[in-house]
Amino acid sequence: MRAAMRADVVVVGAGVVGAACAEALSAAGLRVTVLDRGGPASGTTSAGEGNVLVSDKEPGPELELAKASRHRWPELLAELREELGAELAEAEWEPKGGLVVATTEAGIAPLSAFAAAQRSAGVLAEEIGPAAAAELEPHLTSAVTAAVYYPEDAQLQPVLATTALLAAVRARGGTVHSGLSALGVSTDARGAVTGVRTSRGVLPCGAVLNACGPWAGEFAAAAGAPITILPRRGQVLVTAPLPESVRHKVYDADYVGAVGSGDADLRTSTVVESTRAGTVLIGSSRQRAGFDETVHVDVLAELARKAVALFPILADVGVMRAYGGFRPYAPDHLPVLGADPRLPGLWHATGHEGAGIGLAAATGRLVADLFLGRESFMDATPFRVGRPAVLGKVPA
Amino acid sequence: MNIRVDGVPVEAKPGQTVAGVLLGLGRTSWRTTRGQGRPRGVFCGIGVCFDCLVVVNGIPDVRACQRVVADGDEIRAQHGAELPS
Repeated sequence: MRAAMRADVVVVGAGVVGAACAEALSAAGLRVTVLDRGGPASGTTSAGEGNVLVSDKEPGPELELAKASRHRWPELLAELREELGAELAEAEWEPKGGLVVATTEAGIAPLSAFAAAQRSAGVLAEEIGPAAAAELEPHLTSAVTAAVYYPEDAQLQPVLATTALLAAVRARGGTVHSGLSALGVSTDARGAVTGVRTSRGVLPCGAVLNACGPWAGEFAAAAGAPITILPRRGQVLVTAPLPESVRHKVYDADYVGAVGSGDADLRTSTVVESTRAGTVLIGSSRQRAGFDETVHVDVLAELARKAVALFPILADVGVMRAYGGFRPYAPDHLPVLGADPRLPGLWHATGHEGAGIGLAAATGRLVADLFLGRESFMDATPFRVGRPAVLGKVPA
Repeated sequence: MNIRVDGVPVEAKPGQTVAGVLLGLGRTSWRTTRGQGRPRGVFCGIGVCFDCLVVVNGIPDVRACQRVVADGDEIRAQHGAELPS
């Protein structure tokens, strides 16, 4: 590797979170280098559904981050369009709205209570009832017992969004390296970061941001400051392209319970949405199985069965492929954002679990606020690196 | 075996794929694309590319290269994205 100019920040991980942080830091005038052992958006970012949701989070710090991010994404994409042109900044942003339905009598009260709590936290959550739900989604099962409409839920294409963010970093003089592995950090006599050790030598820098997603624990350990970030496997089915048949992001009310669950066992709950290409994405599963990439047909069968229960029309629709990925989570299910208190110059931005696409825009801004010592737009304390759940030993 | 292709009776041999039958009839295209209505037929021939989609017995998006014909099959061209009928 040619001797590079010293970067102010090296971002390790070119997924959507790393790219969003790199964008926000470069927007503030910092010299940013992004590296990834694969290609941009080749890990968790390309293994999800592109969700930008406020509907699936209970009131608390993560919902506040989600609300800020939902506000920030369209603004950010508009800025990128201005700076890069429409073609490079295209990210298939669709403020399509979400529809959460219950299909049992027992599911009515919990869904209503959840929606009420969210309304009190400032989320638009309209309890619309089965008839109005059927108008929004004509192919929805008639078994719906209750429905909440979330007009703020949105969707984007994560790979496009990530490459647009990285294009902005490059346009501002930053550098993006693919196929370059970060092996650890180099430090000075005081123990502060002076560079990132890579598979092709040391990249000198003032600070390093660990945005390795589910692999963030690995990099943190290699840097000498372990954090507990674990992978949770999720799988998604993709149908053949259909004529418009699912208009919103539609999910079963039990999705919320699965996301917050600490169970190692498989949890699935129905999430159905279409993409601009016409394919319908069917999720979602959550399973703790380390970094095992095996595709489990029984999981896919359960996803398909539940999706057909929600949208009977899908019964005879062909499935084109399935994909899966790892969602990074901390034991307390909150993102990990900020400076590492043990190693000056080491920063982390990870732990977004299955919500990284949605949370990325505000994450970038928050990390930049903290890094620059600006007054941050929200309280970042709940996400601090130095909390006990995160600083625990990495399980073998 | 007797099947029908776009409403026309056609003879087929056991073990033939739908694509085999259609190619045997001299057809190279039996689907149009969603956006531009462009013609499509067999591309990879091994079930990967999803280009040779066709409607079999009312079910769209069937890969002609993978589906073995059965007696009485109703096969018809697919026009863009279709829902099962």
